Amino acid sequence: MSVVPAEVLPGSALAVEEPVREAAELGPRTRLWPALVAVYRAQLSRARVARIPLLFVATFQSIGIMILMRGVVDGGGEAQAVVAGSSVLVVAFVALNLLAQYFGQLRASGGLDHYATLPVPPAAVVLGAAGAYASFTVPGTVVTAVFGCVLFGLPLAHLWVLVAVIPLAGAALAGLGAALGLLAPRPELATLLGQLGMSAALLLGVLPADRMPEAVRFTRDLLPSTYGVEAFARTFGPHPDWAFVLGDLAVCGGVGVVSLAVATWAYRRAAVR
Amino acid sequence: MRGLTKTYPAVRGRRGVPATSEVRATDDVTLDIRRGEIFGLLGPNGAGKTTLVRQLTGLMRPDRGSVEILGHDIVRHPERAARILAYLGQESSALDELTVSLAAETTGRLRGLDAGRARAERDAVLDELGLTPLAGRPLKKLSGGQRRLACFASALVGRRPLLVLDEPTTGMDPVARRAVWGAVDRRRAEQGATVLLVTHNVIEAETVLDRVAVLDRGRVIACDTPTGLKEQVAGEVRVDLVWRETAPLHVPEVAALRDRVAESGRRWTLRLAPEEARAVVATVTGGAAFAALDDFTLATPSLEDVYLALGGAAQQGLVKA
Repeated sequence: MSVVPAEVLPGSALAVEEPVREAAELGPRTRLWPALVAVYRAQLSRARVARIPLLFVATFQSIGIMILMRGVVDGGGEAQAVVAGSSVLVVAFVALNLLAQYFGQLRASGGLDHYATLPVPPAAVVLGAAGAYASFTVPGTVVTAVFGCVLFGLPLAHLWVLVAVIPLAGAALAGLGAALGLLAPRPELATLLGQLGMSAALLLGVLPADRMPEAVRFTRDLLPSTYGVEAFARTFGPHPDWAFVLGDLAVCGGVGVVSLAVATWAYRRAAVR
Repeated sequence: MRGLTKTYPAVRGRRGVPATSEVRATDDVTLDIRRGEIFGLLGPNGAGKTTLVRQLTGLMRPDRGSVEILGHDIVRHPERAARILAYLGQESSALDELTVSLAAETTGRLRGLDAGRARAERDAVLDELGLTPLAGRPLKKLSGGQRRLACFASALVGRRPLLVLDEPTTGMDPVARRAVWGAVDRRRAEQGATVLLVTHNVIEAETVLDRVAVLDRGRVIACDTPTGLKEQVAGEVRVDLVWRETAPLHVPEVAALRDRVAESGRRWTLRLAPEEARAVVATVTGGAAFAALDDFTLATPSLEDVYLALGGAAQQGLVKA
């Protein structure tokens, strides 16, 4: 045991008595993919513990909206928009709203320190969490879509397109949610922004576009969820124009890449203050 | 101990949040920690302990100064901190909704272990800390001390040569505390790990630490072994007097002490030379003062006394329990 009195007073430097040993070996850097999988798995299990009631809320909200809208719209294109909008709304609720809240709270409580002191690529934390939240929307979105198709008498044939819509709309909205949560200076603000984003997705995605004034329609075009809704809505037609579907999905994917990159940058910024 | 291998020849100053007035949370702190040592940072709330630790772990950039850990410059390469140390912060919010077992395993994976190793180390650490029966429970559902122990377990998965532990035993029962110190000792004995411990618990500081630095308002006001620090105030003893209702000020000897005591309700605390202390005890245990006396203790200096004697800012900064 060392009982050498250390002369440590402010400003005084200690004399080095022995030659400094060579630098210690660094632990391995965790590679992106294993880290992403580990974060994804942990986040998914978190969601299972804490988020199931909220998922029910999200699904019931969308189903309730469709039942309400049934008295307003008279089938055809509007019905397609309502069903598609309500389905994507589930994604917006979980991926945008809940993820913004989660990152907002994690940042405010100092929980990011945990990840920041592990040798993890920032992208792994953001993508893992975003991916888990997006995955968690799958059952709710599918239930909503099937229920809506039955309710409005739409064909179920092209529902497989959800396989592309959920991950791409999920990426765009989760990226947005993560970025909002990580950039908001206070957790309440992150919650507020998440809620507003979801409300926008609700109002602009579910209500038929051609009844809206020009300015609102422009806002609608700015919202990434819109493109997910449109891609999905197009597939209900008798002869879907797949080029447009692909185009809309490409927009979602593009927004997803950009917003996830912004979120990764925001994470890096939030982690080292 | 083969001496100095880790140096923090640091001159750090950290500007606080701009909304409040500038606070120097750490001011010209210079510390050297030796390899294989259990080194403590002791100080009251707000002394700058956590800020200092955040700078060491690469979570916060110092305004000035340098940090070197085991030969690596952490100010220039903050990302290396994560590959060389394990940090147990005060917050568990990143792990709260995970089960104990998944929290430990995920942390291991994120330290670069492959799946098999992460699981094996997880099982070993949970077993070592007696957490196996709780492995399947989410951290949120555990008591504060158990949750803390689970976070500590996560910090240990994936071996690191430096452990930075910020108040690791807060809220723990004695069994859990013992498990923590046992695990820390084993890492030191078997792996030569160095431990930096932040605490404001003086009892713990006295028993587990090799050396302590006492921090006050961002400055190191003393740094030595616990015994060495206590020697600085040797020759003084502490007398605690507890009166039944109020102090018998009509007794001249008691009244004379009045301006030298730290008064807290019915309790008077005095720091005196042994001779004086004996006289005081003789006075209060006999005669008129005794009727008013409820209890008294006579104690050799603790680290708390050291802290107060060194001119710590807060009068009751350190928690003794």
